[in-house]
Amino acid sequence: MKYILMMNTMRAGAGVPSWPKSDLQAHIAFMRQLNVDLRDSGELVTAEGLSFPEQARQVSAGKDGVPVTDGVFPESKEFLAGFWIVDVDSPERAYAIAARVSGAPGPGGAPLNMPVEVRPVMSAPPPEMV
Amino acid sequence: MTGAAHPWDSTAESLLRELAPQVLGAIARRFRDFASAEDATQEALLAAFRQWPRDGVPENPRGWLIQVAARRMADMARSEISRRERETALAGDEEPATGPPELEADMDPEDTLILLFMCCHPALSASSAIALTLRAVGGLTTAEIANAFLVPEATMAQRISRAKQSIRTSGALFRAPSVQERRERLPAVLRVLYLIFNEGYASSVGAELQRLDVAREAIRLTRSARALLPEDGEVAGLLALMLLTDARRAARTDEVGELIPLDLQDRALWDKAEIAEGTELLTFALSRGAVGLYALQAAIAAVHDEAARAEDTDWPQILALYELLRSAAPSPMVTLNHAIAVAMVHGPAEGLARLAPLDNDERLAGHYRLAAVRAHLLEKLGEFDKAVELYRVAAAGTTSIPERNYLIGHASQLEERQRAPER
Repeated sequence: MKYILMMNTMRAGAGVPSWPKSDLQAHIAFMRQLNVDLRDSGELVTAEGLSFPEQARQVSAGKDGVPVTDGVFPESKEFLAGFWIVDVDSPERAYAIAARVSGAPGPGGAPLNMPVEVRPVMSAPPPEMV
Repeated sequence: MTGAAHPWDSTAESLLRELAPQVLGAIARRFRDFASAEDATQEALLAAFRQWPRDGVPENPRGWLIQVAARRMADMARSEISRRERETALAGDEEPATGPPELEADMDPEDTLILLFMCCHPALSASSAIALTLRAVGGLTTAEIANAFLVPEATMAQRISRAKQSIRTSGALFRAPSVQERRERLPAVLRVLYLIFNEGYASSVGAELQRLDVAREAIRLTRSARALLPEDGEVAGLLALMLLTDARRAARTDEVGELIPLDLQDRALWDKAEIAEGTELLTFALSRGAVGLYALQAAIAAVHDEAARAEDTDWPQILALYELLRSAAPSPMVTLNHAIAVAMVHGPAEGLARLAPLDNDERLAGHYRLAAVRAHLLEKLGEFDKAVELYRVAAAGTTSIPERNYLIGHASQLEERQRAPER
């Protein structure tokens, strides 16, 4: 079963740009190790980190489908900071990985406890069997 | 250089896959190291895939593969050879020259059976057992398996290597299972084959032509299990179930990949050869005394398959088979299907009554399938509003896109029909 784990930061960026270097390094090392572990366990499908909200644009179709872009308003909502797709044997395992993501270290090494949204990735239906 | 006897074609490719477990068996018995032997065999297969299409199939393909795999084992044993050098060596061509001839003659038909029991070891999770079985017994490459399950090759390689670690830790030896082990562990082997088929059958929706046909691989593996255990009723039952289900594959979706329920399928598209073979296997399975769970499910599939039109389906017989299944292996899913059969024989109200206890079953309460079946029976009763609502509940709960589309579409059709009754 495949799941997507979406890591949201409260109030985009959550001050990451002003973290001390060592804290940022600890955070990156934590994420890197997580990805190594997920690959070694044969569960990692893909993982991506996303840019800060400053680079995000809200796009909608204007007249004749011409793209109309607008900035996003990061202060007003949670912001997707990164995601993983994992292939695991149970939803509980996906939740366990999400909890590990959530506890990634932030300033001073304290766990961030970020909310991580977990959703099944849609698949094809099983055969009409018992 | 040995002469190339045959050109490379699809027959040669099948041959290569069939030889894989034989090669692995010979190497594993000789070197007494299943995990490394499995890696060496995979490398020999990859070498063959590189060279045979270009040079033709060697005169003695099995000997060629064994020699290459045995040399790889020797390479791996020599610790002074760095991994990097091995990879360089791999990129070059294999020159099958001298190999231990006794190894080539060393062939035991039991090998494939030993490998099946090994790969379906109870210490493994379902996904690892599936991956390892496809590679070690099915002769597929890691890339093919990764592609079939839509995960990166590195991830699949790790899954397989961890599976082998678990087998090593469990202390399993490469030897034929005893009669007792066979009896105890065969169900686990059949379950893995069944899961492979399910994975493949499910992923065949959407006609992703570039992907490996995993359902066909499951059928092929089950055929070899059947050849090894010809007297076993459940092996025959499982193969029958696969064939009788796979027979409907072409009718199961329309040209844009939308699901077509069983009662609306174009039965002319069902594969008659598969149905005939499945029925024959089923007859054998049913003659073996104690009828197993796969044979029972195959029997239900056969009743569907032998009806020329949906309305000709012998529902009383299906109901009787579900009663047997319910007493042999009670489960909420069986109760659910039993309720459908009850509805077909005794009317939808009776069927609905059978669903009520499932609301208290934590394995199924809130499961989208329960909502979907209930919606179906309510529709038959003419309670359209409730049916529409439950179809939508089911749509929100499924993790399958074709199924979700089907449920949403069906709900809105039903709603529209009510709004605009026939004039």
